[in-house]
Amino acid sequence: MKEVVIELREGRPRGRVPGRLFLAYLLLSVAVGLVLLGWLLVDVVGRGFAWVDATLFFDPPSADPQLAGARPAILGTLYLMGLLVAFTVPIGVGTAIYLEEYARKDRWYNRLLEVNIQNLAAVPSIVYGILGLAFLVRGLGLGEVLLAGAFILGLLVLPTIVIAGREAIRAVPGSIRDGAYALGATQWQVVGRQVLPAAAPGIATGTILALSRAIGETAPLLMIGALTYVPFDPTILGEFTALPVQIYNWTRQPQEDFKLLAAGAIIVLLVLLLAMNAFAIWLRNRYQKRW
Amino acid sequence: MTETHIEVRERTLASREPVFEVRDLTVSYSGVPALAGVSLDVYRRAITAFIGPSGCGKSTFIRCFNRMNDLIPSASVDGTILYHGQDLYARDVDPVAVRRLIGMVFQKPNPFPKSIFDNVAFGPRVLGMKDGLEERVEKALHDAALWDEVKDRLKEGALSLSGGQQQRLCIARALAVEPEVILMDEPASALDPISTTRIEDLMHELKREYTIVIVTHNMQQAARVADMTAFFSVEVGGDGRRTGVLVEYDETPKIFTTPADKRTEDYVTGRFG
Repeated sequence: MKEVVIELREGRPRGRVPGRLFLAYLLLSVAVGLVLLGWLLVDVVGRGFAWVDATLFFDPPSADPQLAGARPAILGTLYLMGLLVAFTVPIGVGTAIYLEEYARKDRWYNRLLEVNIQNLAAVPSIVYGILGLAFLVRGLGLGEVLLAGAFILGLLVLPTIVIAGREAIRAVPGSIRDGAYALGATQWQVVGRQVLPAAAPGIATGTILALSRAIGETAPLLMIGALTYVPFDPTILGEFTALPVQIYNWTRQPQEDFKLLAAGAIIVLLVLLLAMNAFAIWLRNRYQKRW
Repeated sequence: MTETHIEVRERTLASREPVFEVRDLTVSYSGVPALAGVSLDVYRRAITAFIGPSGCGKSTFIRCFNRMNDLIPSASVDGTILYHGQDLYARDVDPVAVRRLIGMVFQKPNPFPKSIFDNVAFGPRVLGMKDGLEERVEKALHDAALWDEVKDRLKEGALSLSGGQQQRLCIARALAVEPEVILMDEPASALDPISTTRIEDLMHELKREYTIVIVTHNMQQAARVADMTAFFSVEVGGDGRRTGVLVEYDETPKIFTTPADKRTEDYVTGRFG
């Protein structure tokens, strides 16, 4: 028995060193992301914080950085978000319900649809911009207006919303559907009264995360002609700008002060973005279902 | 109740009024039969048990009675099931209407993620039974022997109940739409022995008003609760395909004491192989 005790206390199982190295590698991987993000945040906040003031929120842009604000850009971004939700949620959720609850998976056209949506989610945003320019701005003659921008951002995030919606719907166990059907509910009642309410928090979370991607998009908006100098409040059918476009514009100005102003606008954008993500996380935790 | 279960059984079976007449029923998944050539009658206000080894198609079979197999796109049903003489699979029969008359309780309790009250009220609500909803819910919970345990917390979530309570809630939910038949697919297999006993006692109560069909893995359970028992087995064909078949169907005491078929005898005496 003595040998066993000695073995327990002094024996070193092999494979410890590789295990520790692996852990070190994992920690390093995590650190790269965290450090870079942290550095970026510190840099931006340090340079731009002094510029986040009433002027930035409430005044239009100007040639003088001391007087320039991002009011049209902030309003433009808010309008875009509002329209985006109005377009994409009904269509995205509808598509997700069709694919999960109604589509027969053994039909080729449904499979084609599925593959298509997954591929669309991976298409670069600039391509959506070109599409918008060709079909909406010129083809439909909509012009370089906010509505066209909202459509394009909507198309951009629609696949993401569909995929998130499908995952939320799929997470509702089949036993819930069976239970409802067995009581004589129609498919409409099963989907409307059981599946959708149970999937709603997941759908909302996915939608918000998709929106927070759209909020930072610059390329497609530039493509369809979001003006970089808009001194007036946007309207749905008028010319417009958005926060990322305004930031892009300011960073290209020669005066150093505009770069600091851009950092200020980045803080506004980041706060908006983090607030949306935090809300999504809160929503997910608050309504997480235990089956 | 002064009658013993055995007396009730004898009285029930004396009338032998069939609710379902199954004739030469075959169920296939993607063209491969899972259950073939089943014929039997299910009698009114009796408990009919389907027993047999795993994969013998007994769960597939019970899901034919309320057309739940319609929800599986690859499943197809051949043969006939007459319900009071009406072919359940006739072209003009609406499966939603069938399920309203023939309720079902599943193997794993599946309460909706809603309050206890809303679980029981779901069926009446979707079927438009709006009048006296509260009384209806209370009666269903009484009939499922759950009322006393939940009457003070009807607004609480159903998922906070224990497994056995959840299953009785599912029974109450099925009773709330006043079906004629209740199908139970291994209703106690996920429950502890005490909860199981409560469900079995409940079944004895319910058969005064309802026709009950139960699938069970547990032979003792069939022996305890069922008036009629059908034994299913698996036949392996020359090509290695496994198909469920009905071996023997008779009054429960006969199945368990003097079965006609050797396979039944081997199974009920534990010599299944």
